[in-house]
Amino acid sequence: MLSLKEKDRPIIRKLLDAGCCGRCVLRFCCVGKYSSYQLSIEVCVALVVRMLFLRSSDPTQTEDPPSKKLKLETLQAGDDGGTETLTANAEPKVQSEICVACLGVLQDFCDQSYTTQVIIEVLFIFPKLHQSYILLLDNFMLITPGVKIQAVQFGLIFLLIIFQSSVLKSYMSFCIPQSGFEVSVGFTHAETDGDCHFLATTCSDCFKPTKNKASVFTRMAVVKALEKISDQKFLSNYPCPPVHPATRCTPLDTTLLHASVFIAGRYNKFSRELPQTPWVIDGERRMEGSVEELIAGPLLSSFRADGFNFSSSGREDVDVRTLGNGRPFAMELLNPHRARFNKAEIRQLQETINTSSDKIRVRDLQIVTREAMGRMKEGEEEKTKTYSALIWTKKPITHTDLDFIKNIKELKVDQKTPLRVLHRRPLAVRQRVIHSMSASFLDTHHFKLQLHTQAGTYIKEFVHGDFGRTKPNLCALMDSEVDILELDVESVDVDWPPAVPE
Amino acid sequence: CVFAMEEADKTAPSVTDRYYTRWYKTDMKGKPCEDHCILQHSNRICLITLAETHPILQNGRKIKNINYKISDGCSRLNNKVSGKSKRGGQFLTEFAPLCRITCTDNMEYTVFSCIRGRLLEVNEDILKHPDLLLEKPSTDGYIAVILPKLEESKSITNGLLTREQYEEVVSKRTSQQQEPC
Repeated sequence: MLSLKEKDRPIIRKLLDAGCCGRCVLRFCCVGKYSSYQLSIEVCVALVVRMLFLRSSDPTQTEDPPSKKLKLETLQAGDDGGTETLTANAEPKVQSEICVACLGVLQDFCDQSYTTQVIIEVLFIFPKLHQSYILLLDNFMLITPGVKIQAVQFGLIFLLIIFQSSVLKSYMSFCIPQSGFEVSVGFTHAETDGDCHFLATTCSDCFKPTKNKASVFTRMAVVKALEKISDQKFLSNYPCPPVHPATRCTPLDTTLLHASVFIAGRYNKFSRELPQTPWVIDGERRMEGSVEELIAGPLLSSFRADGFNFSSSGREDVDVRTLGNGRPFAMELLNPHRARFNKAEIRQLQETINTSSDKIRVRDLQIVTREAMGRMKEGEEEKTKTYSALIWTKKPITHTDLDFIKNIKELKVDQKTPLRVLHRRPLAVRQRVIHSMSASFLDTHHFKLQLHTQAGTYIKEFVHGDFGRTKPNLCALMDSEVDILELDVESVDVDWPPAVPE
Repeated sequence: CVFAMEEADKTAPSVTDRYYTRWYKTDMKGKPCEDHCILQHSNRICLITLAETHPILQNGRKIKNINYKISDGCSRLNNKVSGKSKRGGQFLTEFAPLCRITCTDNMEYTVFSCIRGRLLEVNEDILKHPDLLLEKPSTDGYIAVILPKLEESKSITNGLLTREQYEEVVSKRTSQQQEPC
């Protein structure tokens, strides 16, 4: 049975008059009994309409005039059970019209033939699918205009009905939950595409302008705007009930995706002529190669991924080496066609990367979860780093001139945004701490300086002073013009990713 | 590789040499020898400084006062920028005054922007320590930081002299035996 109540009647009337199909009526009446939705669309509608004519408070008892009596048994007989066509007088005609709420998706596109078509498309690409993966039909979005009441989620109903399909059931013998394999089913409806656009003018602060071609009207933005807009304003911009659609939805091609795989590790950079990410200005490549491309190359081909997103716990300049245990990084591999690798295979991948170039080295390579990315980024803000720098002094120095350096502890440094990054960063003063330093004399104009500093300290500017905009600075401390000739990162003190024993 | 630096160091390029191009504006507003030096970073940010031939830096002059208030309605100290795009910074043209400097011999000089762009900051350290301007005019004693518009970043130097051209102008002055400024 449908689990509709007498109190639902006025709503049902309104919804049917507005042009909703049977299943959408059930959704808006918050019917939680899933089997109700799995009845065929014709039966659904019939039962809904029948609700309107029940007179007593007991939904099982009817006092209908005989001409309108529908036999329960016939209705429950199953999908194609002979349903009597309802007489037209007072009932709204809903069956042949396209539903104003689901645009036909819950009417036509849930039937056997469509489902089979989707499955066949999937199987065509993955012939062994029935042996390995569960199909997870992705939720897709449909903005339901004009009706702002709580309803059962649209996508859930779609899935419920699809999963009934016997064709599908026969392929679900091997189920691997959360396999990461996604089948995307979608629909377009050109007629109603522009319906939500008025929200951009009424609630402009909910919509962020996008640089690429992607639509401004994301699900999140539209939902936010719908929550914000007052009922009156909404109604003055959009008809309620909505206009009956003249066309049905068009199904989009079924797309198959694998959820991203995340690979993490630590990298060393041994070259002083290698940027971390590609260096491109005005479309022109300024320097060949980059750390991310050297790491991504072998990974992209082994995982057969479509693309990648590289991120790391901070970064270093082109001319700075990264030594010691290296800097943590994580790479998101997009739509990998192969996603499962055992430890030995990952070790092999690491070897491949390391032998492909002498400019970088990778260690502790491992597959991690998306959540792990957060751990890495926290290192960027909070953890300390150690550096070694080659310093030149204008004034000639002796060993003793450097003695004071090892006694400096927890030195607070105020750094105005360095001029070399000021074109793309806000102007501000940042206070940072240099925890400790030590110096080794080399000759009368050179020494090696080791520093242990707070994350986010600009070392080069601490040394030469950046036109006096970093204070204190090494020039002032040594009372001489000094400059930094070379810089190396000795350690990035983040204890992630976990070490992988070689 | 570390120690190879020793010989090169006698003429080792400084930070300024490595990252900045020097441009000059001589005899600003027709005033003899009032030369400005603009340090242009490869990222298009410019530092306005006094060139070594500027009168303030000659004859052991001392500074009595530096004033960033250039008119009743405008003080460069009120310049506030916010965000990455540096909104709120005063937009300057070539002849916009940055500050007025009075020396102990009561000579007054105005330092000008020399380029078009948005004022990011003026050097407040020289207010507290005017000697910085005399001792390190090309580094710690800079006057202001200006960000030209992206589309103008190449053209702003059209009205300026290169280092070589500047040196020519200066040598012509001494050969014409002008009074030192």
